[in-house]
Amino acid sequence: MSTIRVTAGGDAALETRDVSVFYGSNEAIKTVSFEIPRNKVVALIGPSGCGKSTLLRVFNRMNDLVPTARVTGEVLFQGEDLYADHVDPVEVRRRIGMVFQKPNPFPKSIYDNVAFGPKINGTGGDIDAIVEQSLQQAALWDEVKDRLSASALELSGGQQQRLCIARALAVTPEILLMDEPASALDPIATAKIEELIHQLVADYTIVIVTHNMQQAARVSDYTAYLYLGELIEYDDTNTIFTAPTEKHTEDYVTGRFG
Amino acid sequence: MSSSVLGAVSSRTARERLVRAVVTAAGGVSILTTIGIVVVLVWESIGFFRRVSPVEFLTGTEWTPLFQPQHFGVLPLLAGSVLVAVIAALIAIPLGLGSAIYLSEYAPRQLRAVIKPTLEVLAGIPTVVYGYFALTFITPVLRHIIPGLGIFNALAAGIVVGVMVLPMIASLSEDAMFAVPRELRQGGYALGGTKFEVATRVVTPAALSGIVASFILAISRAIGETMAVVLAAGMTPNLTFDPRESIQTMTAYIVQVSLGDTPFGSIEYQSIFAVGLLLFMVTLAMNIFGRWFLKRYREEYA
Repeated sequence: MSTIRVTAGGDAALETRDVSVFYGSNEAIKTVSFEIPRNKVVALIGPSGCGKSTLLRVFNRMNDLVPTARVTGEVLFQGEDLYADHVDPVEVRRRIGMVFQKPNPFPKSIYDNVAFGPKINGTGGDIDAIVEQSLQQAALWDEVKDRLSASALELSGGQQQRLCIARALAVTPEILLMDEPASALDPIATAKIEELIHQLVADYTIVIVTHNMQQAARVSDYTAYLYLGELIEYDDTNTIFTAPTEKHTEDYVTGRFG
Repeated sequence: MSSSVLGAVSSRTARERLVRAVVTAAGGVSILTTIGIVVVLVWESIGFFRRVSPVEFLTGTEWTPLFQPQHFGVLPLLAGSVLVAVIAALIAIPLGLGSAIYLSEYAPRQLRAVIKPTLEVLAGIPTVVYGYFALTFITPVLRHIIPGLGIFNALAAGIVVGVMVLPMIASLSEDAMFAVPRELRQGGYALGGTKFEVATRVVTPAALSGIVASFILAISRAIGETMAVVLAAGMTPNLTFDPRESIQTMTAYIVQVSLGDTPFGSIEYQSIFAVGLLLFMVTLAMNIFGRWFLKRYREEYA
């Protein structure tokens, strides 16, 4: 498949060139090439097992933690290949944050969860201020400001997920990756996360994996449709949902399968 | 052959009742044994404390029950046990925790699969073998390093007891760390944590309850350890915290009297029950402290 480009005006936050991911001999992502424009929300959609989460983990080198995984091709971040020999995956993950499917706060206090990243990265500065600012950005501050020393596990699922977003923001990443961030949450908590995504996109580039097509339509500017590891179509979210080029995409977004 | 369908059911019910009775009896035996031990300890100790005041026992600094003039101050024995346990803990806790972190976070899966069972085999070596090892290997090596060190000394005993309880700490701590959910580690990595930072700041705190439990079990075992310290540390009641000296632990004293020709009912005979009771209380206090600590500081993951 040739590169599918969305006009990024030379201002792509991320660009993949012929990226393939193998688990052992199984090719989970097949030569995907596309661009993610800066300060936009890009949704990755597709049926279960299509490789959308695997592709997301390409962007912060989380696949490195899977012993059998191997990535080929280039992923350009500010003109630099994330998979070049001299690149430290730890630094990549500090610059490109991630929020997971199931809220995974550390079994520590609310404060310590947010302070974790700044502390290990030796960011310096006023940790208290970073914690407050990150919680503000994640729209959680007002709910927790009086109990920062309480355990993060006392929060509701939706609050835990916003805490995980605050925790990711505290290391000031440029890009935020979200792997089905609302799939374990109730509709009200989901609405809050989606509203938050709308606010955050002013400062961050966001890539979100979702199995919920309405959610992709609501939150994203661009949508990539993947099937069996291939990037089938990538375009304006509007176009993908109303006038897709590929028959396969249309079948999926209209719910004929998946 | 019974033609009744219900007959088969009732014979199964009878079997269930029998099984229930057998396992209840098995459970009862262990509980009764424990109660029996405590009763004997307390009973014989009461006999001892009729002749020696508890104040003298707990505060006296001389322990000479086997020759005249008799003194029954238990502090030298207590100090001996504590000294050996502290040296053992200083060795076993850092090394055990290090091994656990290595096995859980760094070792390849295949290597872990070999090392874990090996650790458990190490825990099965008879303690008298460890004592012999201390006496014939550790002490000679130490005597090269520390001039004037005696054949019997607390240092060699503490080291060998430390080596002995190390596999227990490594294995139990590793179990606790390995059980920490993968999602927590991923959260740590996603924030730019290195492997070491994730191991020490995410996994270790999350597994702390199991890790501390392993420390407490190991220290309890170090205090209760007998054969290795009898062989390596000697039989000299000595109120000292100098690890180069020969000492006697509470357990070693009990061995000494039990093996000797001490007459039944004599004060020397009764004294081992008082020492045994103290040993039991120390171990019990450690377990209570351990439970309190876990409740207070555990970081429980969902």
